[in-house]
Amino acid sequence: MALDTYINVVIGGILTGLVYGLMALGLSIIFGVVRIVNFAHGEMMAVAMYLAVVGSTSFGLDPLLMMIPIAAVLFAFGYVLQAGLINPFINRPEHSQFILLVAVALIIVNLLLIVFGPDAQSVQTSYSLDSFEIGGVIIDATKVYTAAAAVVLSAALFAFFKFSHLGQAIRACADSYTGALVVGLNVKHLYALTFGIGAACVGAAGAMMVLLIDVTPALGPGYTLLAFIIVITGGLGSMPGALLGGVLIGVTEAVAGLLFTPSAKSMFSFALLVIVLLFRPQGILGKAAR
Amino acid sequence: MSNHRYTLSRRAFVAGTSAAVVSASSIGRALAQMPPLKVGVLLPTSGAQAGIGQDCLRGVEVGLGVLKDLGYPNLTIMNGDTETNVEVSRSRAEKLINEGAQLLVGAFDSGQSTAIAQVAEQKGIPFVINIAAAPPITEQGYKFVFRNFPTAPMILGDAFANQKEIFETAGKSPKTAVVLHSNDTFGMAMQNGIGAVMPKFNMPYSIAQTIAYDPTARDLSVEISKAKAANAEALIVISRLNDAILLTREMVKQRWTPQTILSMGPGWYEDQYLKVLGKLGDGPLSFVPWYDPNKKVSKALEAALAKKHKDINLNTNHIFTFEALMIAADAYKRAGSSDPKQLAEAIRKTNITDNVSTGPGIQFNEKGQNDKLKNSAIQNRGGKLVVVAPKAASNAKVEYPLKSYNAR
Repeated sequence: MALDTYINVVIGGILTGLVYGLMALGLSIIFGVVRIVNFAHGEMMAVAMYLAVVGSTSFGLDPLLMMIPIAAVLFAFGYVLQAGLINPFINRPEHSQFILLVAVALIIVNLLLIVFGPDAQSVQTSYSLDSFEIGGVIIDATKVYTAAAAVVLSAALFAFFKFSHLGQAIRACADSYTGALVVGLNVKHLYALTFGIGAACVGAAGAMMVLLIDVTPALGPGYTLLAFIIVITGGLGSMPGALLGGVLIGVTEAVAGLLFTPSAKSMFSFALLVIVLLFRPQGILGKAAR
Repeated sequence: MSNHRYTLSRRAFVAGTSAAVVSASSIGRALAQMPPLKVGVLLPTSGAQAGIGQDCLRGVEVGLGVLKDLGYPNLTIMNGDTETNVEVSRSRAEKLINEGAQLLVGAFDSGQSTAIAQVAEQKGIPFVINIAAAPPITEQGYKFVFRNFPTAPMILGDAFANQKEIFETAGKSPKTAVVLHSNDTFGMAMQNGIGAVMPKFNMPYSIAQTIAYDPTARDLSVEISKAKAANAEALIVISRLNDAILLTREMVKQRWTPQTILSMGPGWYEDQYLKVLGKLGDGPLSFVPWYDPNKKVSKALEAALAKKHKDINLNTNHIFTFEALMIAADAYKRAGSSDPKQLAEAIRKTNITDNVSTGPGIQFNEKGQNDKLKNSAIQNRGGKLVVVAPKAASNAKVEYPLKSYNAR
């Protein structure tokens, strides 16, 4: 097989992996601060994808332009969900939290089925079928745009958590729930903000993802699982780990599909997960439990 | 030589007419007195195959009226959604039987149909398969399972014969081909069938590579990269609607136009494919179980579909779902009973010549398979479908090779 083919596939894997990474970043942020595992993560991404479909088909809007408004809608949804529904479960047993989020996921899937039906829906833009040719390597233009947007958003998010007072307050909550209460932080409000930010991440990722794949109501569970694989591989709670995990999974699946059989590519991402769990249980960039 | 001339007296005419009227009205009365047969229709109306399942349902929707016009008894349809899932198919079949279904029809997909066949056989309820090509379904010695759809080897045999005819007409043929197939029951059966059937036809091309993919995958870029890297002239595909659209888009993005696309399954000729892709959808050749447009019932079904859905072309999904109901109604009419054993016996003796699909008609062999069916080669042209082979049933000349995607 020609070298061009390998380069082509690896670049495709990296670009798709960056969008996966942004999606998983939301899950990682939520878990890192609120210590809640969002089992409705993929379903929330499906909601964002449908919002992009509606915006595109009804108003002719480009999903990349709708990324920020959709992220804002998902932020509001996440904030309300955390403040109204999840906060009362914060101190309850983990299985209660688990069932709560699974219930939310099921409700979302069925609402999407009722509203949009079971058919796959897609968004076509003027650049949907474009590609760049660089020295024999053909790169999907849509993947380049979406990956670039994912990198910009991720960088903005890192900056927010690193440099803003609000970001530092959220990190304080993540470090110590009791300590944050002692210094007078409104932890429940910060938790809701964090869930909102995580949901906004998945909202932005959904707006990009609809340019790469078709959306159906049944899409959610598969992407929730994918987000878990990514964050566990990269390190649960680690923001750079989520991006790294996304890229690793994207490249692993792409290369495995090329070298072995495409129908078994998911097997290789699970194999990577098993290897990471065996040799570095906290994930590649995760911190070991003390 | 006899020069005898038959004459009809007034008395004979009145007697004959009266007898005919009495006979017709008694048959009509008998049909009217028969309670509707409860038919459980199991189709994947949600999940990955939702679009196709719903398309099959159109065959039910418009077919009932056509059957009534043809004088068949009424059917009560009980719908069951298999959710494109084998386990759900099994449980839905059990549920419909428990709710009183006297005969089952379905289920578009070989895996789902296999699961339903097991339930039907266990419960002793006749099951008429509308669409499913995996050969093992009718190789199990089942007594209640009937299939009016060609098996993978039948489809492939006709496909290779039609391909040779097309290459001869075009005066050009590919030397190598790459096979891209879904890794579900249908895709695997067809792929195995290619290996078994192709050597018998002395095809001009050899298979350079075979690539299996997950039909529920959302991104098929790696699959197309791999197929392109094989440097094959022809692309043979065994896929469904959603993956057919994804594969075409990927070929455009990766700037690869093979000499020809030869589809051995659904997807590439469906209305949604043509609608979504527009001019990019033109050119693929599909080798499919199709309908004979000259048959009377075909025209009636076409007219009924056009009346209800004017933008939808009559296709395999409608034809074979309709014929499955026709088989059920015909058996019920002849059996005069909804007893499952009598119904199954009547289905076994089916001999419908006034039907829709290509071939001499509907009859079942001892395994419950209609082995008389024939297939056609159709090509997408400007949002419509034309038949390009076999010559006897064609209405257009093949356009060959495929026009470059990037020049459209």
